[in-house]
Amino acid sequence: MKKNLIKGTIVKISGPLVTADNMSGAKMFDVIQVGHQNLVGEIIELKEDTASIQVYEETSGLKPGDPVVSTGEALSLTLGPGMLNSIYDGIQRPLDVVRDQVGAFITRGVQADPLNIETQWEFTPVIEAGSQVNGGDILGTVKEQGIFDHKIMVSPTLSGTLKTIETGSFTVRETIATIVDADGTEHAVTLAQRWPIRRPRPVREKLIPTIPLLTGQRVIDTFFPIAKGGTAAIPGPFGSGKSVTQQQLAKWSDADIIVYIGCGERGNEMTDVLLEFPELEDPRTGQALMKRTILIANTSNMPVAAREASVYTGMTMAEYYRDMGYSVALMADSTSRWAEALREMSGRLEEMPGDEGYPAYLGSRTAQFYERAGIARLLGSDDRVGSLTAIGAVSPPGGDLSEPVTQNTLSVVKVFWGLEERLAYRRHYPAINWLTSYTLYGEQLAPFFQKEASEQWAIMRTRAMEILQKEAALEEIVRLVGVEALSKEEQILLHVARIIREDFLQQNAFDKVDTYTSLKKQGRLLSSIIRLYDLALARLKEVELEVADFLGLSVLSEIAQAKFIPEEEVQKKYDELDKKIATDVQSLTGDPVKKEAVAA
Amino acid sequence: MLKEYKTTTEVTGPLLIVNKVSGVAYDELVEVELPSKEIRRGKVLEIDGDTAVIQMFEGTSGLDVPNTKVRFQGDVLKLPVSRDLLGRTFSGSGTPIDGQPAIVPDEERDINGAPINPAARAYPDDFIQTGISTIDGMNTLVLGQKLPIFSGAGLPHNQLAAQIARQATVPSAAGKIEFAIVFAAMGITFEEAKFFINDFTNRGAIERSVLFINLADDPAVERIATPRMALTAAEYLAYNQHMHVLVIMTDMTKYADALREISSARREVPGRRGYPGYLYSDLATLYERAGRIQGEEGSITQLPILSMPEDDKTHPIPDLTGYITEGQIVLNRDLYQKGTYPPVQVLGSLSRLMPKGIGEGKTREDHSGVANQLFASYARGQEVRDLATILGEAALSATDKKYLEFVKRFEEEFVKQGREVNRTIEDTLSIGWKLLSILPKSELKRVKPEHIGKYGQSS
Repeated sequence: MKKNLIKGTIVKISGPLVTADNMSGAKMFDVIQVGHQNLVGEIIELKEDTASIQVYEETSGLKPGDPVVSTGEALSLTLGPGMLNSIYDGIQRPLDVVRDQVGAFITRGVQADPLNIETQWEFTPVIEAGSQVNGGDILGTVKEQGIFDHKIMVSPTLSGTLKTIETGSFTVRETIATIVDADGTEHAVTLAQRWPIRRPRPVREKLIPTIPLLTGQRVIDTFFPIAKGGTAAIPGPFGSGKSVTQQQLAKWSDADIIVYIGCGERGNEMTDVLLEFPELEDPRTGQALMKRTILIANTSNMPVAAREASVYTGMTMAEYYRDMGYSVALMADSTSRWAEALREMSGRLEEMPGDEGYPAYLGSRTAQFYERAGIARLLGSDDRVGSLTAIGAVSPPGGDLSEPVTQNTLSVVKVFWGLEERLAYRRHYPAINWLTSYTLYGEQLAPFFQKEASEQWAIMRTRAMEILQKEAALEEIVRLVGVEALSKEEQILLHVARIIREDFLQQNAFDKVDTYTSLKKQGRLLSSIIRLYDLALARLKEVELEVADFLGLSVLSEIAQAKFIPEEEVQKKYDELDKKIATDVQSLTGDPVKKEAVAA
Repeated sequence: MLKEYKTTTEVTGPLLIVNKVSGVAYDELVEVELPSKEIRRGKVLEIDGDTAVIQMFEGTSGLDVPNTKVRFQGDVLKLPVSRDLLGRTFSGSGTPIDGQPAIVPDEERDINGAPINPAARAYPDDFIQTGISTIDGMNTLVLGQKLPIFSGAGLPHNQLAAQIARQATVPSAAGKIEFAIVFAAMGITFEEAKFFINDFTNRGAIERSVLFINLADDPAVERIATPRMALTAAEYLAYNQHMHVLVIMTDMTKYADALREISSARREVPGRRGYPGYLYSDLATLYERAGRIQGEEGSITQLPILSMPEDDKTHPIPDLTGYITEGQIVLNRDLYQKGTYPPVQVLGSLSRLMPKGIGEGKTREDHSGVANQLFASYARGQEVRDLATILGEAALSATDKKYLEFVKRFEEEFVKQGREVNRTIEDTLSIGWKLLSILPKSELKRVKPEHIGKYGQSS
């Protein structure tokens, strides 16, 4: 195949789009080397022997007549050990290696191997020569980052007889096994395999998700949980805290592997993750969070075409680790920038624009992207299961959710965490609106919460939500006629709602304790608040208490501090808190309520 | 040596179309000689076979089809840089306009710069004291940050920007690192530009400033190059001369309008409000040039100013800017009309880098708590004020009346400060505590109890 390379000539250059002729024989999405500097590009349109190529690097200096060469391969990644704890650009160039090569500024035409080709990996086979192997079968493992069993799998497209298998130290380029396929052709297997980014990696069978991805974020886990293998969108105007929320999920989600894609966003946000994650400890493994993380950084000032590719690059890496049987969570911040890159290329191709200038295929591309998430029985004979959860931030212009990217996203994802500027103004973080957000996994996940958290989980959650909904209705009345027009029950409800908002829903990402809350602590905190409400209402039936007295209870400030109770003291401190709630409420006094009033 | 073409076929808006060219590169610099012998510059926007589309930096007036001569320079647009940039004034496209000769350059740099590798950035977390309470106390500016001022016609954004430039100090770098100001004017009036120049001159800051001036009556398309020139100068001063550079860019709205003008001349498919679909990417190539680099002393802090048409924050320019920059300082017309300077609308403003730029060892341990409490109390207080306008003050609860007092005094004592008043961070926090003492202690949920004891004041 390498013998007849297709060589063409540039005829037109317009920003990141280059047109070349003499390209007959080239295929859609083939990778092209452009110009004398061998810039990387990809064919996105073919007309007779003319190819339109989107170039992943700055095109200034290219001239008509400059050569282009097709590699004959679709844009592919090298998947193998060494990807964790790395930072890549949109086309899998390791940015730390690039930095060491060319300095702080990214220059054009930089080439770097995606995986370190010198690192020796200790390969332990789990299968013997002579066995029959199929795509997805595990040949052996290497230890990645000292903690992960990186499973070396037979490429999904390969099957045959395992002729040889080695044991010992190998680099990613050395042969560790040979497989003879049905035609008798011998294939050398290395620790790494190639896979095109735009083609989903196959699975045996998709399953229905039933386990939540626990995030340690109270508003999410308790009210709007997402399943492992589920999909979620976080739309919100700027300043509403999308990026902080995404980072919180990347930090505290109980996934095995995190793929974090900074797609057309701020450079400093990636730097923040890069500097902070190695310092933070994974509460489950005790290891640095960075060790389970892959970062894809194609910031807003990096070439726009590579931004389009970056989400697929991240998705393919996530699928690769899922295929080993891990639960992987992918965060894309922000899918709107990906859609804009799509729009820019579409405009330069002079395609007929759809809604707001976006191409007509925006909807189908969005759906294809999120459909790559899921929990699935995987290829391979050991019947393993892996999950891929996809969470995409959306940046609607002007915060207007009716715009095409948000709408197309909402039509495919199952969880909606609606961030609101009004809440962010009040420093209510995470600024997730509890009235408009939703999850469609509620029923699927209910058995898990009932079993793992508490019997009362669903009831408690529903009651808290009722209080918040009633609050919204009552606030309308207060706005018109003042708080005095409400009954005492209603006034107490308003205060309890405020407690739920301020002391439960609000969570400080920058506080050491508050940044993560276990499921157990979430349950205790919410049940203490509900207990306060119930006891106060019950007391109201016994004595004519004053609402002001209720507000004066010293236990209220203890509830406010309860979220700062460290995880290891939860049992003891919350038991004390619950006792104090009971005695404090009981201490409220007033004239006894007349029997008739109670009946009414 | 350079080939000269007289094959112009079309002049349209800021664009020139030349036929029968060969060997022309994308983005190449072009020199155009008018029939009047005047020389102007432009760059290649698109090249299709033997047809080149050229964007003129200084406009197309005076160009004709038969006699215009076009020479391709074989290189991209570059800015000569050296330490001598300091104290100089240039036009929006980089020609000296202060009557002095061109500088003797150390080197010439591509004005488009190159993206900073995210793996080479250092996270900005050094506190800059601007002396302005609403910024230092509640929307703290950090060295290497890009923090725009969202303003509107008739609001004192220039005064505020000049005051920040004048008062800004970095306590952690005091006396160790030099400061420089790079000023890029795009489409502002002569008087506005003069205001800055006078302010810099009067304070003796002009010797450490570099000015690029494109006025309202200068060609609009020149504005595309102006901020790139300024940032190239800033990068040189920051990373080659190791200075802390503050870049003031005003007015970004005029810049975006120029971009729209070129886009419509090219008949591109427009995005929102006629701005090109790549406005976000284009703005990002400017704003993302702010920052800090690992192992490098110097830094670039950006203070872009943009006027929001009709004070509308959802207009594409402020909207896309907000998605790229690390927060925003929003000016408010109502406050200004009430005589408040600086009229910073605290609740709509934000500094994303604040959490890591403040606290013990940077400002003070109670800073974060005080800021959060002021935000929350002011938000609550505004709701109470709205309620009071409907129901009357008498209908408010005792606590709400306290909030009402808090809101009034907050605007009068914390937000409002004179144009010459330079408050230290301690002053700012102490005013904050004084105001918080108006409220009952039980309302102060955001500050740590031990800090109330240590810094709190009795009313």
